[in-house]
Amino acid sequence: MSGRRRPEGRGLTWVLAAPVLLVLLWLVVYPNLVVLGESFGAGGRFGLDAYREFFGTGAELRALWASVWISGASVVLSALVGVPLAFLFARWEFPGRKVFGALAALPVLLPPLVGVIAFLFLFGESGFFTRAVQAVLGLATPPWRLSGAPAILLVHAYTMYVYFYLFVRAGLARLDEGALEAARSLGASRWTVLRRVTLPLLAPSLSAAALLVFMTSMASFSAPYVFGGGFRVLTTQIYASKLSGALPLAMVETVMLAGVSLAFLWVLRRLEGDREVTSVGKGFGAARRRVGSPLLRAGLAVAGVGGVLFLLLPHLTLLLVSFVPQGSWTTQIFPHEFTMANYGSLASDPRLLEPILNSLEMASLATAANLLLCFIAAWLVVRRRFRGRGLLRVLLVLPWALPGTVIALGLATTFSVDRPAMGRLLLVGTFWILPLAYFIRNTPLVAQAAIASFRQLDPALEEAAHSLGAGWATTMRRVALPLVLPGLAAGGTLAFVTALGEFVASILLYTHATRPISVEILAQLRAFDFGKATAMGVALAALVAVAFALGGRWLGRGDLLAG
Amino acid sequence: MELELDGLRKRFGETAALDGLDLALERGELLTLLGPSGCGKTTALRIVAGFESPDEGRVRFRGEDVTGRSPRRRGFGMVFQNYALFPHLDVFENVAFGLRCRKAPEDEVGEKVGRVLELVDLPGFGGRRVQQLSGGQQQRVALARALAIEPPLLLLDEPLSNLDAALRERTRVELRRLIKELGITALFVTHDQEEAFDLSDRVAVMRAGRVRQVGTPEALYDRPADAFVAGFVGRANRIRARLERDGGGRVAVLEDGTRWPLPDREWGAADTGTGEELDARPAGPGVELWVRPEDLALGVAGAGPGRGEGGEGAGGPAGGRLQGCVGDRRFRGSGALYRVEVPGIGVLEVAGGREEAEAGDPVSVGLRPGRRVHAFPADAP
Repeated sequence: MSGRRRPEGRGLTWVLAAPVLLVLLWLVVYPNLVVLGESFGAGGRFGLDAYREFFGTGAELRALWASVWISGASVVLSALVGVPLAFLFARWEFPGRKVFGALAALPVLLPPLVGVIAFLFLFGESGFFTRAVQAVLGLATPPWRLSGAPAILLVHAYTMYVYFYLFVRAGLARLDEGALEAARSLGASRWTVLRRVTLPLLAPSLSAAALLVFMTSMASFSAPYVFGGGFRVLTTQIYASKLSGALPLAMVETVMLAGVSLAFLWVLRRLEGDREVTSVGKGFGAARRRVGSPLLRAGLAVAGVGGVLFLLLPHLTLLLVSFVPQGSWTTQIFPHEFTMANYGSLASDPRLLEPILNSLEMASLATAANLLLCFIAAWLVVRRRFRGRGLLRVLLVLPWALPGTVIALGLATTFSVDRPAMGRLLLVGTFWILPLAYFIRNTPLVAQAAIASFRQLDPALEEAAHSLGAGWATTMRRVALPLVLPGLAAGGTLAFVTALGEFVASILLYTHATRPISVEILAQLRAFDFGKATAMGVALAALVAVAFALGGRWLGRGDLLAG
Repeated sequence: MELELDGLRKRFGETAALDGLDLALERGELLTLLGPSGCGKTTALRIVAGFESPDEGRVRFRGEDVTGRSPRRRGFGMVFQNYALFPHLDVFENVAFGLRCRKAPEDEVGEKVGRVLELVDLPGFGGRRVQQLSGGQQQRVALARALAIEPPLLLLDEPLSNLDAALRERTRVELRRLIKELGITALFVTHDQEEAFDLSDRVAVMRAGRVRQVGTPEALYDRPADAFVAGFVGRANRIRARLERDGGGRVAVLEDGTRWPLPDREWGAADTGTGEELDARPAGPGVELWVRPEDLALGVAGAGPGRGEGGEGAGGPAGGRLQGCVGDRRFRGSGALYRVEVPGIGVLEVAGGREEAEAGDPVSVGLRPGRRVHAFPADAP
């Protein structure tokens, strides 16, 4: 029923909505306007010089084009890996299906930078795989160099297939087996069923995954930064311009990146809206096909388990390298010495311990702020009808559509001067700038989780509390909060984990005193201290695992909502 | 008057959920809002509870205007359709919720919760999780939770619709007994006519945001104010006819020429004055006769004059008989419901004994003596 307006309700709505809207406008929209303004020339002088430079320079246009085609190619490659894998694990029964089916989703939990570095040790010029191929073929030089567009695409496909895998598996689980059986009973061949029934029904999953991969690729920084070399995309171009002091150009590049991202989002959403396919009726989940022939069974098991192992290889590599003593692994294919020393230094060396503590503190702060803001915002979005609700919904997803580099540059520009009257504080160079960046980047994540939880929550529960005499605060504390906590905790855990390994915004905004884990990993890598770099990467992954285990204690209580 | 609703109007976008609703409840009365889905009955209840505010109109409770008061300050108990039990609290804490909001001391909470749980026949269930309860038990916890705050008015929004048929019937009786025992004023919402009749002192039949008729179940059944009420509170055959004056009374002339004399008192429409309007039309106005299946009787085929007047007894109430053929017979426990195809009239439902006729038998259909026939304008919905 629409219009849940209630006597005394309007005042409360605005008491809550006004601060939430103001904070979001100030932190999400305003910095982008500042960047847009300064792209036309800083200091009051209006001009198109920077734009002329951007469109007049081949390198700039090439970077723009590279961002777009890399993203498109990433979508195709990720789909080629993720979709067959999803079908394999969702539709066939074979030994090891459960464990490896879960493991296949693992890369999404690992910070992108850690994944990228893992590739270096596997497929890089001195990686295991490369050295092995070199030795087998008896070559004098490495058979390839891991750099440029192919390297970026490899990393993208390797890490982003997870979106296709997860979305298509979820889509297959929801698929009404009745529709497939109906098609088969009408005489359709297996291939026809796949083409005419299954894939159209999966279209929402596929397009959602495609959108996610495209946006993630547009925003991708770690892979192009580490492997790009001379091959530039917009994100790395912005970083380079910022570092070299070409600020107006960096602004224009940021505007272009944001513009392209938002435009693609808009176009895809449009296309999506036209053909929403939903199953009618209850339906029942598809039964997994049990393969009769033992040979085929073994084949499937090998394909599934082997495929996942291959996909997890980079991460296993990371683990291995973290046990290798500094300088002991030079020319051999495989390291021969192992030590715990790298881990020991994490605890003993304050230079390594500090970033870990920094990241923990900053991620906690940002996540706490996310939870508070998003709980209130989600309640407003789901339960209230008011002018500004549409705006609030847009503001809550906008940071997701904006690449991290764009957000970081916006913050770096807006909060680099002390003009409180203009809403611009001097935060760059202080502790607060990174938690702020994490907060903004993770708002969509937590907001979506909170909104989904509130949508599942029967509004009658809150009404029941009101009719029994509970005020708004009591109702939230005693009824709504305990019931949305599982969803909120899930969103919060994801946000915390993401903030813990955040790299894209951090590299543009960090100060030495507050450098996060990711920046320190990069520093160790640059110093060729691979053992320490990978040990830190593993420590980061372990922290992520711990966060999920703790978060899972709430997630496990998700059955509350089912009652 | 305990509760008065005065000219309530409420729009949701383009649709008017309430279009001038008036209603009054006496102290201790159990009144049901009955109507098809979308008639505005739930909106009316939610406005009384305070979850919605009306665009126009007032809600008065014991003479006091409570229209702008928030739900928690009204103190009415409410039982929700899906019970809205708090899934993270056990039965005791669910029932105690309202008392805790009132900052009642712990021993009082314990005592009152125990008493209410006993009232709804769930003693010792306090420690259970609500998910462990059956539908009927959950319904009773929801009732206990609403009763625990000792509300002056109890609001029930289709609280039985999630129960299976047998349990629903038993619970109706229990619910009425309990509410009457406590002497609490209650406003009940349902779309189920049988439920409304079983439960209520009075029933308000709603349609399109207005109350069409308020009355006791008997009054609604015997003297429906209009065709809608007549159709909603029971089965009825609709037979097109013309009205004619015949001496002191009126005669309905069916489309095949059969004449059914109608005693003055039996005018359904006369109660609202529509009968007079019909009467005033010179050409013999077209009407629809609404005849309940139990007011018709089967007879031997060819019995009585097929068309024209007469019949059993000179101009007796039963009038002429229609000739037809039994289409099918449906078993109804104590009797059977026959569908009789009458050429020129259509299909009539006739209640009768279990084995009066078989499908395919030719029969005649006549009015039972002394029964009511309602005539409504033919253009009525």
